[in-house]
Amino acid sequence: MAPVIEIRNLRKSFRGHLGIGSHLAVDDLSLSVQPGEIYGLLGPNGAGKTTTLKVLLGLVKPDRGTVTLFGRSPREVAARQRLGFLPENPYFYDYLTAVEFLDLYGRLHGLDAAERARRIEKAIDRVGLRGREKTPLRKFSKGMVQRVGLAQAIQHDPDLVILDEPMSGLDPVGRREVRDLILALKAQGKTIFFSSHILQDAEMICDRVAILFKGRLRAVGRLDELTSPEAKSVEVTVRGPVPAGVAGGRRENPDGSTLLTLPGFDALAPAVAAITAAGGTIAGVWPRRESLEDLFLREIGRAQVEERVS
Amino acid sequence: MRGILAVALNTFREAIRDRVLYLILAVALVVVAGSRFVAMLTVGSEVKIVKDLGLAAVSIFGLLIAVFVGVSLVSKEIERRTVYTLLAQPVARWQFIAGKYAGLLMVLGANVLVVGGAVLAAVALLGEGAAALVPAIALIFVELAVVAAFAVLFSSFTNPILAAVGTVAVYVAGHLSWSFDLLRKRIAPGAGRVLCDVLHAVLPNLDRLDVKAEAVHGVAIPSGTLAAAAAYGAFYALAVLVLACVVFERREFA
Repeated sequence: MAPVIEIRNLRKSFRGHLGIGSHLAVDDLSLSVQPGEIYGLLGPNGAGKTTTLKVLLGLVKPDRGTVTLFGRSPREVAARQRLGFLPENPYFYDYLTAVEFLDLYGRLHGLDAAERARRIEKAIDRVGLRGREKTPLRKFSKGMVQRVGLAQAIQHDPDLVILDEPMSGLDPVGRREVRDLILALKAQGKTIFFSSHILQDAEMICDRVAILFKGRLRAVGRLDELTSPEAKSVEVTVRGPVPAGVAGGRRENPDGSTLLTLPGFDALAPAVAAITAAGGTIAGVWPRRESLEDLFLREIGRAQVEERVS
Repeated sequence: MRGILAVALNTFREAIRDRVLYLILAVALVVVAGSRFVAMLTVGSEVKIVKDLGLAAVSIFGLLIAVFVGVSLVSKEIERRTVYTLLAQPVARWQFIAGKYAGLLMVLGANVLVVGGAVLAAVALLGEGAAALVPAIALIFVELAVVAAFAVLFSSFTNPILAAVGTVAVYVAGHLSWSFDLLRKRIAPGAGRVLCDVLHAVLPNLDRLDVKAEAVHGVAIPSGTLAAAAAYGAFYALAVLVLACVVFERREFA
Protein backbone atom coordinates (compact mmCIF):
# COMPACT_ATOMS: atom_id res chain seq x y z
CA MET A 1 0.00 0.00 0.00
CA ALA A 2 1.22 3.49 -0.77
CA PRO A 3 2.28 5.32 2.39
CA VAL A 4 0.11 8.17 3.64
CA ILE A 5 3.14 10.16 4.77
CA GLU A 6 6.54 9.81 3.17
CA ILE A 7 9.54 11.78 4.39
CA ARG A 8 12.85 11.28 2.60
CA ASN A 9 16.18 12.73 3.73
CA LEU A 10 14.54 15.78 5.20
CA ARG A 11 16.84 18.55 6.35
CA LYS A 12 15.63 21.84 7.75
CA SER A 13 17.59 24.62 9.36
CA PHE A 14 16.49 28.03 10.55
CA ARG A 15 18.49 31.18 10.25
CA GLY A 16 19.21 33.07 13.43
CA HIS A 17 18.16 36.59 14.31
CA LEU A 18 19.03 39.11 11.57
CA GLY A 19 20.14 36.18 9.45
CA ILE A 20 23.20 35.54 11.59
CA GLY A 21 24.04 31.91 12.28
CA SER A 22 21.76 28.98 11.73
CA HIS A 23 20.18 26.23 13.74
CA LEU A 24 19.76 22.77 12.31
CA ALA A 25 16.32 21.59 13.41
CA VAL A 26 15.97 18.35 11.45
CA ASP A 27 18.78 16.44 9.77
CA ASP A 28 18.45 13.60 7.25
CA LEU A 29 15.11 12.35 8.52
CA SER A 30 13.38 9.57 6.60
CA LEU A 31 10.21 7.79 7.63
CA SER A 32 6.96 6.60 6.15
CA VAL A 33 3.55 6.16 7.71
CA GLN A 34 1.25 3.45 6.36
CA PRO A 35 -2.56 3.73 6.08
CA GLY A 36 -4.38 2.80 9.28
CA GLU A 37 -1.37 3.21 11.56
CA ILE A 38 -1.00 5.11 14.79
CA TYR A 39 2.49 6.52 14.49
CA GLY A 40 4.19 8.36 17.32
CA LEU A 41 6.97 10.87 16.73
CA LEU A 42 8.74 10.99 20.06
CA GLY A 43 11.55 13.06 21.44
CA PRO A 44 12.48 15.56 24.12
CA ASN A 45 11.68 19.25 23.73
CA GLY A 46 13.66 20.78 20.88
CA ALA A 47 14.18 17.45 19.12
CA GLY A 48 12.65 18.70 15.86
CA LYS A 49 9.18 17.16 16.19
CA THR A 50 7.20 20.34 15.58
CA THR A 51 9.50 21.35 12.72
CA THR A 52 8.88 17.97 11.09
CA LEU A 53 5.12 18.49 11.42
CA LYS A 54 5.40 22.03 10.02
CA VAL A 55 7.18 20.71 6.94
CA LEU A 56 4.44 18.07 6.62
CA LEU A 57 1.81 20.81 6.64
CA GLY A 58 3.67 22.98 4.15
CA LEU A 59 4.21 25.75 6.72
CA VAL A 60 7.98 25.66 6.19
CA LYS A 61 9.98 24.52 3.18
CA PRO A 62 12.62 21.82 3.57
CA ASP A 63 16.24 22.78 2.81
CA ARG A 64 16.71 19.35 1.31
CA GLY A 65 14.71 16.15 0.91
CA THR A 66 11.11 15.46 -0.01
CA VAL A 67 7.90 15.23 1.93
CA THR A 68 4.61 13.91 0.57
CA LEU A 69 1.07 13.51 1.92
CA PHE A 70 -0.97 10.96 -0.05
CA GLY A 71 1.77 11.14 -2.68
CA ARG A 72 1.45 14.92 -3.14
CA SER A 73 3.40 17.91 -1.94
CA PRO A 74 1.84 19.39 1.21
CA ARG A 75 1.91 22.79 -0.54
CA GLU A 76 -0.83 21.50 -2.86
CA VAL A 77 -4.31 22.35 -1.62
CA ALA A 78 -5.58 18.90 -2.70
CA ALA A 79 -3.07 17.17 -0.40
CA ARG A 80 -4.57 18.94 2.59
CA GLN A 81 -8.17 18.07 1.69
CA ARG A 82 -7.98 14.73 3.52
CA LEU A 83 -6.01 16.07 6.47
CA GLY A 84 -6.97 17.09 10.00
CA PHE A 85 -4.51 18.96 12.21
CA LEU A 86 -4.27 19.99 15.85
CA PRO A 87 -1.36 22.31 16.69
CA GLU A 88 0.63 22.29 19.92
CA ASN A 89 -0.87 24.48 22.69
CA PRO A 90 -3.60 25.57 20.32
CA TYR A 91 -4.89 29.09 20.36
CA PHE A 92 -7.94 29.79 18.29
CA TYR A 93 -10.03 32.84 17.43
CA ASP A 94 -11.24 33.65 20.93
CA TYR A 95 -14.05 35.92 19.75
CA LEU A 96 -15.86 32.91 18.27
CA THR A 97 -18.07 30.43 20.07
CA ALA A 98 -17.28 26.72 19.76
CA VAL A 99 -20.00 26.27 17.14
CA GLU A 100 -18.93 29.33 15.11
CA PHE A 101 -15.34 28.11 15.23
CA LEU A 102 -16.23 24.66 13.95
CA ASP A 103 -18.52 26.20 11.33
CA LEU A 104 -15.62 28.27 9.96
CA TYR A 105 -13.49 25.14 9.52
CA GLY A 106 -16.41 23.28 7.96
CA ARG A 107 -16.74 26.12 5.44
CA LEU A 108 -13.04 25.92 4.63
CA HIS A 109 -13.63 22.28 3.71
CA GLY A 110 -16.48 23.26 1.43
CA LEU A 111 -19.27 21.63 3.44
CA ASP A 112 -22.76 23.04 2.95
CA ALA A 113 -24.74 24.55 5.85
CA ALA A 114 -26.82 21.44 6.63
CA GLU A 115 -23.79 19.17 6.50
CA ARG A 116 -21.81 21.55 8.70
CA ALA A 117 -24.57 21.63 11.32
CA ARG A 118 -24.77 17.84 11.33
CA ARG A 119 -21.01 17.35 11.67
CA ILE A 120 -20.68 20.01 14.37
CA GLU A 121 -23.33 18.24 16.47
CA LYS A 122 -21.44 14.98 16.10
CA ALA A 123 -18.03 16.50 16.84
CA ILE A 124 -19.28 18.39 19.91
CA ASP A 125 -20.55 15.13 21.40
CA ARG A 126 -17.45 13.25 20.44
CA VAL A 127 -15.08 15.59 22.32
CA GLY A 128 -17.46 16.14 25.24
CA LEU A 129 -18.29 19.83 24.78
CA ARG A 130 -22.08 19.45 24.96
CA GLY A 131 -23.55 22.41 26.85
CA ARG A 132 -20.62 24.70 25.95
CA GLU A 133 -21.49 25.20 22.28
CA LYS A 134 -22.39 28.87 22.68
CA THR A 135 -19.50 29.77 25.00
CA PRO A 136 -16.88 32.09 23.46
CA LEU A 137 -13.51 30.35 23.21
CA ARG A 138 -11.91 33.07 25.32
CA LYS A 139 -13.78 31.61 28.31
CA PHE A 140 -12.52 28.09 27.65
CA SER A 141 -9.97 26.35 29.86
CA LYS A 142 -6.85 24.92 28.26
CA GLY A 143 -8.33 21.43 28.22
CA MET A 144 -11.50 22.67 26.55
CA VAL A 145 -9.54 24.53 23.89
CA GLN A 146 -7.70 21.28 23.23
CA ARG A 147 -11.06 19.52 22.87
CA VAL A 148 -12.49 22.05 20.45
CA GLY A 149 -9.21 21.83 18.53
CA LEU A 150 -9.62 18.07 18.28
CA ALA A 151 -13.22 18.51 17.12
CA GLN A 152 -11.91 20.85 14.42
CA ALA A 153 -9.31 18.28 13.36
CA ILE A 154 -11.76 15.39 12.95
CA GLN A 155 -15.12 16.93 12.03
CA HIS A 156 -14.59 16.72 8.26
CA ASP A 157 -13.81 13.00 8.51
CA PRO A 158 -10.17 13.21 7.32
CA ASP A 159 -8.17 10.11 6.37
CA LEU A 160 -5.06 11.43 8.10
CA VAL A 161 -5.01 13.19 11.45
CA ILE A 162 -1.82 14.98 12.53
CA LEU A 163 -1.68 15.95 16.20
CA ASP A 164 1.12 17.99 17.77
CA GLU A 165 1.43 17.08 21.46
CA PRO A 166 -2.27 16.19 21.80
CA MET A 167 -1.96 15.10 25.45
CA SER A 168 0.12 17.96 26.81
CA GLY A 169 -1.72 20.18 29.26
CA LEU A 170 -4.53 17.68 29.81
CA ASP A 171 -5.51 16.07 33.10
CA PRO A 172 -5.48 12.24 33.39
CA VAL A 173 -9.14 12.01 32.36
CA GLY A 174 -8.53 14.22 29.33
CA ARG A 175 -5.48 12.21 28.32
CA ARG A 176 -7.46 9.01 28.58
CA GLU A 177 -10.21 10.49 26.40
CA VAL A 178 -7.70 11.60 23.77
CA ARG A 179 -6.18 8.12 23.73
CA ASP A 180 -9.61 6.58 23.33
CA LEU A 181 -10.43 9.01 20.55
CA ILE A 182 -7.21 8.16 18.70
CA LEU A 183 -7.95 4.43 19.02
CA ALA A 184 -11.52 5.01 17.78
CA LEU A 185 -10.15 6.87 14.74
CA LYS A 186 -7.84 3.95 14.02
CA ALA A 187 -10.80 1.56 14.29
CA GLN A 188 -12.45 3.63 11.55
CA GLY A 189 -9.42 3.06 9.35
CA LYS A 190 -7.85 6.49 9.81
CA THR A 191 -4.12 7.13 9.97
CA ILE A 192 -2.88 9.06 12.99
CA PHE A 193 0.52 10.72 13.19
CA PHE A 194 1.28 12.50 16.41
CA SER A 195 4.18 13.96 18.30
CA SER A 196 4.56 13.56 22.02
CA HIS A 197 6.98 13.58 24.86
CA ILE A 198 4.51 11.74 27.11
CA LEU A 199 5.86 8.25 26.57
CA GLN A 200 3.31 6.30 28.58
CA ASP A 201 0.51 7.53 26.33
CA ALA A 202 2.48 6.71 23.21
CA GLU A 203 3.31 3.28 24.55
CA MET A 204 -0.35 2.48 25.08
CA ILE A 205 -1.59 3.32 21.61
CA CYS A 206 1.21 3.48 19.00
CA ASP A 207 1.69 0.83 16.35
CA ARG A 208 5.05 2.30 15.46
CA VAL A 209 7.24 5.03 16.88
CA ALA A 210 10.17 7.12 15.73
CA ILE A 211 12.51 8.60 18.30
CA LEU A 212 14.01 11.92 17.37
CA PHE A 213 16.86 13.58 19.22
CA LYS A 214 18.53 16.83 18.19
CA GLY A 215 16.98 16.60 14.75
CA ARG A 216 18.19 13.09 13.99
CA LEU A 217 16.24 9.87 13.95
CA ARG A 218 17.58 7.58 16.71
CA ALA A 219 15.21 4.63 16.44
CA VAL A 220 12.20 3.66 14.40
CA GLY A 221 9.95 0.63 14.34
CA ARG A 222 7.27 -1.34 16.14
CA LEU A 223 7.38 -1.00 19.90
CA ASP A 224 7.82 -4.74 20.51
CA GLU A 225 10.73 -4.78 18.07
CA LEU A 226 12.45 -1.81 19.64
CA THR A 227 12.11 -2.83 23.25
CA SER A 228 13.65 -6.06 24.46
CA PRO A 229 11.00 -8.80 24.92
CA GLU A 230 13.01 -10.33 27.77
CA ALA A 231 12.06 -9.33 31.29
CA LYS A 232 14.90 -7.18 32.51
CA SER A 233 13.89 -7.80 36.11
CA VAL A 234 11.22 -9.50 38.21
CA GLU A 235 9.65 -7.82 41.21
CA VAL A 236 8.36 -10.01 44.03
CA THR A 237 6.37 -8.88 47.06
CA VAL A 238 7.13 -11.01 50.10
CA ARG A 239 5.29 -11.17 53.43
CA GLY A 240 7.47 -12.48 56.22
CA PRO A 241 11.22 -12.94 56.39
CA VAL A 242 13.47 -12.86 53.33
CA PRO A 243 16.51 -15.13 53.79
CA ALA A 244 19.89 -13.39 53.41
CA GLY A 245 21.02 -15.72 50.63
CA VAL A 246 18.35 -14.53 48.15
CA ALA A 247 19.85 -12.43 45.30
CA GLY A 248 18.54 -9.01 44.21
CA GLY A 249 17.67 -5.70 45.77
CA ARG A 250 15.12 -5.37 48.52
CA ARG A 251 13.00 -2.55 49.86
CA GLU A 252 10.60 -2.30 52.79
CA ASN A 253 7.01 -1.46 51.74
CA PRO A 254 4.87 0.81 53.99
CA ASP A 255 2.65 -2.16 54.90
CA GLY A 256 5.62 -4.11 56.28
CA SER A 257 6.05 -6.42 53.26
CA THR A 258 9.29 -6.50 51.28
CA LEU A 259 9.69 -5.66 47.59
CA LEU A 260 12.37 -7.87 46.14
CA THR A 261 13.86 -7.06 42.72
CA LEU A 262 15.35 -10.15 41.08
CA PRO A 263 17.73 -9.88 38.09
CA GLY A 264 15.56 -12.15 35.87
CA PHE A 265 13.16 -15.12 35.68
CA ASP A 266 16.03 -17.58 36.26
CA ALA A 267 16.43 -16.22 39.77
CA LEU A 268 12.72 -16.58 40.58
CA ALA A 269 12.40 -20.31 41.37
CA PRO A 270 15.37 -20.50 43.81
CA ALA A 271 14.21 -17.29 45.52
CA VAL A 272 10.63 -18.53 45.97
CA ALA A 273 11.91 -21.86 47.31
CA ALA A 274 14.18 -20.12 49.84
CA ILE A 275 11.47 -17.71 50.96
CA THR A 276 8.80 -20.38 51.48
CA ALA A 277 11.32 -22.59 53.29
CA ALA A 278 12.00 -19.69 55.68
CA GLY A 279 8.24 -19.30 56.35
CA GLY A 280 7.57 -16.29 54.12
CA THR A 281 4.72 -16.02 51.59
CA ILE A 282 4.73 -14.60 48.08
CA ALA A 283 2.10 -11.84 47.71
CA GLY A 284 2.81 -10.95 44.08
CA VAL A 285 5.19 -11.36 41.12
CA TRP A 286 5.64 -8.74 38.34
CA PRO A 287 8.01 -9.14 35.42
CA ARG A 288 9.47 -5.74 34.35
CA ARG A 289 10.01 -5.46 30.60
CA GLU A 290 11.88 -2.67 28.95
CA SER A 291 9.46 0.21 28.60
CA LEU A 292 9.41 2.87 25.96
CA GLU A 293 10.86 5.18 28.57
CA ASP A 294 13.83 2.82 29.08
CA LEU A 295 14.34 2.68 25.32
CA PHE A 296 14.02 6.43 25.04
CA LEU A 297 16.55 7.10 27.77
CA ARG A 298 18.89 4.44 26.34
CA GLU A 299 18.78 5.98 22.85
CA ILE A 300 19.25 9.51 24.10
CA GLY A 301 22.09 8.42 26.37
CA ARG A 302 23.74 6.75 23.40
CA ALA A 303 23.29 9.85 21.27
CA GLN A 304 24.92 11.99 23.94
CA VAL A 305 27.87 9.60 24.22
CA GLU A 306 28.33 9.62 20.43
CA GLU A 307 28.22 13.39 20.49
CA ARG A 308 30.94 13.60 23.11
CA VAL A 309 33.13 11.11 21.23
CA SER A 310 32.86 13.02 17.98
CA MET B 1 -13.80 31.03 -3.71
CA ARG B 2 -15.34 29.36 -0.65
CA GLY B 3 -12.01 29.65 1.18
CA ILE B 4 -11.80 33.38 0.47
CA LEU B 5 -15.40 33.90 1.59
CA ALA B 6 -14.92 31.89 4.80
CA VAL B 7 -11.80 33.88 5.73
CA ALA B 8 -13.48 37.17 4.76
CA LEU B 9 -16.56 36.52 6.89
CA ASN B 10 -14.40 35.55 9.83
CA THR B 11 -12.31 38.72 9.46
CA PHE B 12 -15.47 40.81 9.31
CA ARG B 13 -16.83 39.04 12.37
CA GLU B 14 -13.63 39.66 14.32
CA ALA B 15 -13.71 43.37 13.49
CA ILE B 16 -17.36 43.89 14.36
CA ARG B 17 -16.83 42.17 17.72
CA ASP B 18 -14.07 44.65 18.58
CA ARG B 19 -15.20 47.64 20.62
CA VAL B 20 -12.57 49.92 19.07
CA LEU B 21 -14.50 49.84 15.81
CA TYR B 22 -17.64 51.14 17.51
CA LEU B 23 -15.65 53.86 19.24
CA ILE B 24 -14.29 55.09 15.90
CA LEU B 25 -17.75 54.89 14.36
CA ALA B 26 -19.33 56.77 17.28
CA VAL B 27 -16.76 59.58 17.11
CA ALA B 28 -17.31 59.83 13.34
CA LEU B 29 -21.07 60.19 13.84
CA VAL B 30 -20.53 62.79 16.56
CA VAL B 31 -18.38 64.79 14.13
CA VAL B 32 -21.07 64.58 11.43
CA ALA B 33 -23.79 65.62 13.89
CA GLY B 34 -21.54 68.33 15.38
CA SER B 35 -20.84 69.83 11.96
CA ARG B 36 -24.29 71.47 12.22
CA PHE B 37 -23.11 73.45 15.24
CA VAL B 38 -19.77 74.36 13.70
CA ALA B 39 -21.73 75.58 10.66
CA MET B 40 -23.81 77.85 12.87
CA LEU B 41 -20.67 79.70 13.91
CA THR B 42 -19.91 80.70 10.32
CA VAL B 43 -21.59 83.26 8.19
CA GLY B 44 -23.37 82.18 5.04
CA SER B 45 -22.47 78.80 3.57
CA GLU B 46 -23.76 76.60 6.38
CA VAL B 47 -24.42 73.54 4.21
CA LYS B 48 -20.95 73.69 2.71
CA ILE B 49 -19.41 73.32 6.17
CA VAL B 50 -21.64 70.34 6.92
CA LYS B 51 -20.67 68.76 3.59
CA ASP B 52 -16.99 69.55 4.08
CA LEU B 53 -16.72 68.22 7.61
CA GLY B 54 -18.95 65.26 6.82
CA LEU B 55 -16.88 64.07 3.84
CA ALA B 56 -13.68 64.61 5.83
CA ALA B 57 -15.17 62.41 8.60
CA VAL B 58 -15.97 59.61 6.13
CA SER B 59 -12.41 59.77 4.83
CA ILE B 60 -10.43 60.21 8.08
CA PHE B 61 -12.32 57.70 10.19
CA GLY B 62 -12.26 55.23 7.30
CA LEU B 63 -8.49 55.70 7.18
CA LEU B 64 -8.29 55.08 10.93
CA ILE B 65 -10.18 51.80 10.56
CA ALA B 66 -8.13 50.73 7.53
CA VAL B 67 -4.94 51.30 9.52
CA PHE B 68 -6.11 49.96 12.90
CA VAL B 69 -7.71 46.80 11.55
CA GLY B 70 -5.48 46.35 8.52
CA VAL B 71 -1.99 46.51 9.99
CA SER B 72 -2.46 43.54 12.35
CA LEU B 73 -4.67 41.55 10.00
CA VAL B 74 -2.02 39.03 8.95
CA SER B 75 0.66 39.53 11.60
CA LYS B 76 -1.79 38.80 14.43
CA GLU B 77 -2.66 35.45 12.87
CA ILE B 78 1.02 34.58 12.66
CA GLU B 79 1.85 35.85 16.15
CA ARG B 80 -1.05 33.96 17.75
CA ARG B 81 -0.32 30.96 15.53
CA THR B 82 -3.93 30.72 14.38
CA VAL B 83 -2.49 30.73 10.87
CA TYR B 84 -1.04 27.21 11.39
CA THR B 85 -4.44 25.57 11.71
CA LEU B 86 -5.89 27.73 8.97
CA LEU B 87 -3.20 26.99 6.40
CA ALA B 88 -3.39 23.28 7.23
CA GLN B 89 -6.88 23.39 5.69
CA PRO B 90 -7.41 23.12 1.94
CA VAL B 91 -6.89 26.88 1.53
CA ALA B 92 -4.16 28.35 -0.67
CA ARG B 93 -2.06 31.10 0.88
CA TRP B 94 -3.20 33.65 -1.69
CA GLN B 95 -6.79 32.81 -0.80
CA PHE B 96 -6.02 33.55 2.83
CA ILE B 97 -4.64 37.00 1.91
CA ALA B 98 -7.51 37.69 -0.48
CA GLY B 99 -10.01 36.65 2.20
CA LYS B 100 -8.40 38.86 4.83
CA TYR B 101 -8.49 41.79 2.42
CA ALA B 102 -12.09 41.12 1.40
CA GLY B 103 -13.09 41.03 5.08
CA LEU B 104 -11.39 44.37 5.65
CA LEU B 105 -13.21 45.81 2.61
CA MET B 106 -16.51 44.66 4.14
CA VAL B 107 -15.67 46.51 7.36
CA LEU B 108 -14.66 49.64 5.44
CA GLY B 109 -17.77 49.38 3.26
CA ALA B 110 -20.00 49.17 6.33
CA ASN B 111 -18.24 52.19 7.84
CA VAL B 112 -18.57 54.25 4.63
CA LEU B 113 -22.26 53.31 4.39
CA VAL B 114 -23.01 54.32 7.98
CA VAL B 115 -20.98 57.55 8.16
CA GLY B 116 -21.61 58.50 4.52
CA GLY B 117 -25.32 57.81 5.03
CA ALA B 118 -25.31 60.11 8.06
CA VAL B 119 -23.67 62.90 6.02
CA LEU B 120 -26.24 62.54 3.24
CA ALA B 121 -29.03 62.62 5.84
CA ALA B 122 -27.55 65.69 7.54
CA VAL B 123 -27.34 67.56 4.23
CA ALA B 124 -30.85 66.50 3.21
CA LEU B 125 -32.16 67.71 6.56
CA LEU B 126 -30.85 71.17 5.68
CA GLY B 127 -33.03 71.04 2.59
CA GLU B 128 -30.16 70.65 0.10
CA GLY B 129 -29.68 68.01 -2.59
CA ALA B 130 -27.19 65.42 -1.37
CA ALA B 131 -26.84 63.36 -4.55
CA ALA B 132 -23.73 65.26 -5.68
CA LEU B 133 -21.87 63.88 -2.66
CA VAL B 134 -22.39 60.24 -3.64
CA PRO B 135 -19.53 60.04 -6.21
CA ALA B 136 -17.17 61.65 -3.69
CA ILE B 137 -18.15 59.10 -1.03
CA ALA B 138 -17.75 56.25 -3.53
CA LEU B 139 -14.23 57.43 -4.40
CA ILE B 140 -13.37 57.72 -0.70
CA PHE B 141 -14.18 54.00 -0.51
CA VAL B 142 -11.88 53.30 -3.46
CA GLU B 143 -9.13 55.32 -1.78
CA LEU B 144 -9.62 53.32 1.44
CA ALA B 145 -9.39 50.12 -0.61
CA VAL B 146 -5.96 51.22 -1.89
CA VAL B 147 -4.77 52.12 1.61
CA ALA B 148 -6.15 48.83 2.99
CA ALA B 149 -4.19 46.87 0.35
CA PHE B 150 -0.99 48.53 1.57
CA ALA B 151 -1.92 47.74 5.19
CA VAL B 152 -2.36 44.06 4.27
CA LEU B 153 0.91 44.07 2.30
CA PHE B 154 2.89 45.53 5.21
CA SER B 155 1.08 43.29 7.68
CA SER B 156 2.14 40.21 5.74
CA PHE B 157 5.82 40.74 6.51
CA THR B 158 6.21 43.12 9.43
CA ASN B 159 4.84 43.97 12.86
CA PRO B 160 1.77 46.20 13.35
CA ILE B 161 3.74 49.31 14.37
CA LEU B 162 5.98 49.32 11.30
CA ALA B 163 2.99 48.39 9.16
CA ALA B 164 1.04 51.37 10.54
CA VAL B 165 3.97 53.73 9.88
CA GLY B 166 4.32 52.37 6.36
CA THR B 167 0.60 52.60 5.60
CA VAL B 168 0.26 56.17 6.87
CA ALA B 169 3.44 57.13 4.98
CA VAL B 170 1.96 55.78 1.74
CA TYR B 171 -1.28 57.67 2.42
CA VAL B 172 0.53 60.96 2.97
CA ALA B 173 2.93 60.46 0.06
CA GLY B 174 0.00 59.38 -2.11
CA HIS B 175 -1.61 62.76 -1.56
CA LEU B 176 1.66 64.55 -2.29
CA SER B 177 2.61 62.62 -5.40
CA TRP B 178 2.18 65.78 -7.51
CA SER B 179 5.08 67.29 -5.55
CA PHE B 180 7.55 64.72 -6.90
CA ASP B 181 6.69 65.91 -10.40
CA LEU B 182 7.15 69.52 -9.33
CA LEU B 183 10.42 68.81 -7.55
CA ARG B 184 11.75 66.93 -10.57
CA LYS B 185 11.46 70.04 -12.72
CA ARG B 186 13.45 72.10 -10.22
CA ILE B 187 16.47 69.89 -9.71
CA ALA B 188 19.37 69.11 -11.98
CA PRO B 189 19.31 65.90 -14.03
CA GLY B 190 20.78 62.93 -12.17
CA ALA B 191 19.96 60.54 -9.39
CA GLY B 192 17.55 62.98 -7.72
CA ARG B 193 15.43 63.24 -10.84
CA VAL B 194 15.39 59.49 -11.33
CA LEU B 195 14.24 59.07 -7.73
CA CYS B 196 11.46 61.62 -8.26
CA ASP B 197 10.40 59.80 -11.42
CA VAL B 198 10.35 56.44 -9.67
CA LEU B 199 8.39 57.75 -6.66
CA HIS B 200 5.95 59.56 -8.90
CA ALA B 201 5.38 56.42 -10.94
CA VAL B 202 5.26 53.90 -8.08
CA LEU B 203 3.32 55.70 -5.36
CA PRO B 204 -0.45 55.84 -5.74
CA ASN B 205 -1.82 59.17 -6.88
CA LEU B 206 -4.51 59.43 -4.22
CA ASP B 207 -5.46 62.96 -5.29
CA ARG B 208 -7.09 61.40 -8.33
CA LEU B 209 -9.53 59.76 -5.92
CA ASP B 210 -10.26 62.96 -4.03
CA VAL B 211 -13.21 64.88 -5.47
CA LYS B 212 -14.47 66.17 -2.14
CA ALA B 213 -13.91 69.84 -3.00
CA GLU B 214 -15.76 69.53 -6.31
CA ALA B 215 -18.66 67.74 -4.62
CA VAL B 216 -18.94 70.36 -1.87
CA HIS B 217 -18.90 73.26 -4.31
CA GLY B 218 -21.25 71.56 -6.73
CA VAL B 219 -18.73 71.39 -9.59
CA ALA B 220 -19.87 68.71 -12.01
CA ILE B 221 -17.36 65.92 -12.70
CA PRO B 222 -17.69 63.99 -15.95
CA SER B 223 -18.71 60.42 -15.30
CA GLY B 224 -15.82 59.23 -17.49
CA THR B 225 -13.34 60.92 -15.15
CA LEU B 226 -14.98 59.30 -12.13
CA ALA B 227 -14.98 55.86 -13.76
CA ALA B 228 -11.34 56.23 -14.79
CA ALA B 229 -10.37 57.27 -11.26
CA ALA B 230 -12.26 54.31 -9.75
CA ALA B 231 -10.62 51.91 -12.22
CA TYR B 232 -7.20 53.39 -11.44
CA GLY B 233 -7.75 52.81 -7.70
CA ALA B 234 -9.09 49.30 -8.19
CA PHE B 235 -6.17 48.22 -10.37
CA TYR B 236 -3.69 49.80 -8.01
CA ALA B 237 -5.20 47.99 -5.00
CA LEU B 238 -5.19 44.71 -6.94
CA ALA B 239 -1.52 45.11 -7.84
CA VAL B 240 -0.59 45.74 -4.20
CA LEU B 241 -2.65 42.75 -3.14
CA VAL B 242 -0.89 40.50 -5.66
CA LEU B 243 2.41 41.68 -4.18
CA ALA B 244 1.12 40.83 -0.69
CA CYS B 245 0.20 37.32 -1.92
CA VAL B 246 3.69 36.85 -3.39
CA VAL B 247 5.31 37.95 -0.12
CA PHE B 248 3.05 35.71 1.95
CA GLU B 249 3.57 32.73 -0.36
CA ARG B 250 7.30 32.85 0.39
CA ARG B 251 6.96 33.21 4.13
CA GLU B 252 8.04 30.51 6.54
CA PHE B 253 6.16 29.99 9.78
CA ALA B 254 8.97 28.94 12.06
